[in-house]
Amino acid sequence: MERTPATSPVIEFREVAYALPNGEPLLQGLNLEVQRGETLVLLGRSGSGKTTTLKLINRLLTPGGGEVRVNGTPTAESDVIRLRRSIGYVIQDVGLFPHFTVERNIGLIPRIEGWNAERIHRRVEELLQMVGLEAQLASRYPHQLSGGQRQRVGVARALAADPAILLMDEPFGALDALTRDQLQREFLSLQQRLNKTVVFVTHDLREALRLASRIALMEAGKLVTVLPPEDFLRSSDPLAAAYVRAFGEGPASVVNRGAS
Amino acid sequence: MNVFHFFLQNHEQILELTLEHLWLVGISTLLAVMIGIPLGILSAHWPAWNKPVLGAANIIQTIPSLALFGFLLPVPWLGDRADRLAILALTLYALLPVIRNTYTGIRGVDPAVVEAGRGMGLTGSQLLFQVELPLALSVILSGVRVAVVVSVGLATIAAAIGAGGLGEFIFRGLAMVNNQLILAGAIPAAVLALSADFGLGWLERRLRPQ
Ligand SMILES: Nc1ncnc2c1ncn2[C@@H]1O[C@H](COP(=O)(O)OP(=O)(O)OP(=O)(O)O)[C@@H](O)[C@H]1O
Ligand SMILES: [Mg+2]
Repeated sequence: MERTPATSPVIEFREVAYALPNGEPLLQGLNLEVQRGETLVLLGRSGSGKTTTLKLINRLLTPGGGEVRVNGTPTAESDVIRLRRSIGYVIQDVGLFPHFTVERNIGLIPRIEGWNAERIHRRVEELLQMVGLEAQLASRYPHQLSGGQRQRVGVARALAADPAILLMDEPFGALDALTRDQLQREFLSLQQRLNKTVVFVTHDLREALRLASRIALMEAGKLVTVLPPEDFLRSSDPLAAAYVRAFGEGPASVVNRGAS
Repeated sequence: MNVFHFFLQNHEQILELTLEHLWLVGISTLLAVMIGIPLGILSAHWPAWNKPVLGAANIIQTIPSLALFGFLLPVPWLGDRADRLAILALTLYALLPVIRNTYTGIRGVDPAVVEAGRGMGLTGSQLLFQVELPLALSVILSGVRVAVVVSVGLATIAAAIGAGGLGEFIFRGLAMVNNQLILAGAIPAAVLALSADFGLGWLERRLRPQ
């Protein structure tokens, strides 16, 4: 086991390359570090490789070149099941199990990990409260929930076994503006309490500015720049500037001031 | 004498042949499920298996049933007893709908759900037994339903090689040009097929995920 000093990154991409099944290169020479407790937002347009980058972290995909390290260990060398259980994953399409109630959806990994029923039940209650859902929703099936409620259950499920790392792929993308706004606020207050290491994918600059400790801008499979929100607004990088321009007036007002 | 009287008078034999018929269909369906579901899972997970497996099942399906019985007759242990032979043939026919529906059912599971399961650290078998199979169950069951209904009809032909079942009435009736005998075989067979269709259809709807 390699010793990891307290300052070393939790997630680290070293010269990572990834090619599509047809051989076409998608990611090339990707270097990126995510520090403990920060919210790194991957920002980029559709098809820029955000989801792909995220999936390289929990080894749903394996790099064709270079390596991805989680807590200092290359993912290729770690037990993939243990790795994934130590990382919460909220996917773009939620993906709740339609044949399980909310309670079973959230409690699946704890149950597999051998927690007793009482402990699972308490944990589910705690999590539902944490994500702002009423306890009586526990016995509902996913199709009996609204889109916003489903997203919240997805977040609760990812947090179930208390992973230190959270990967979130456009979790609020499909929601109306008001619900999205509310969930973003809740995310910020949750993150202040839980202090997880979060990688958050979005194509929405306002969301990125609001939630991020740092924004990593992606374009066509390359990392363009990694900057804290306030610097991103002033960046001289042409692509970052184009983003800010496209966003119009007033982005500065939303910048995340909660993160260190 | 009308059909009704005939049924009353011969109810013991009708019952006996119906049970024999049920046995042929039941055992062969069970075997087809035990073989077909694993093959369906295999071809759903490993695309390389898909073509050969479904292809072979398809080819079997195109062999006329009498010819298949004929092919199998000279096979040593099998040919010794007509019911073994009939069960094997019926199993082979029942395979296609079971394999095909298992394949379709598993392939039809929402990819987002599978990805969420893999992403949260389910092992392959946890994913299969807790997510994929439960979600594919109603589709698999509809394959079993098709298999059973087809088998009930096909099993009547098994009487041609002396395997028993309701086909005995039908073949005897044909030989003696006796409609009542034919109906004594055909009506219970139709009732069996319809009840299997109805019962399994009901189960299938109950198990269908929302
Ligand atoms: N399995 C695959 N087979 C072929 N092409 C793929 C596959 N997965 C991703 N791609 C392609 O790779 C590119 C990047 O995909 P990725 O999902 O990482 O983009 P993204 O940045 O998450 O986009 P979005 O914002 O639309 O979700 C896209 O052009 C996509 O079409
Ligand atoms: Mg994506």
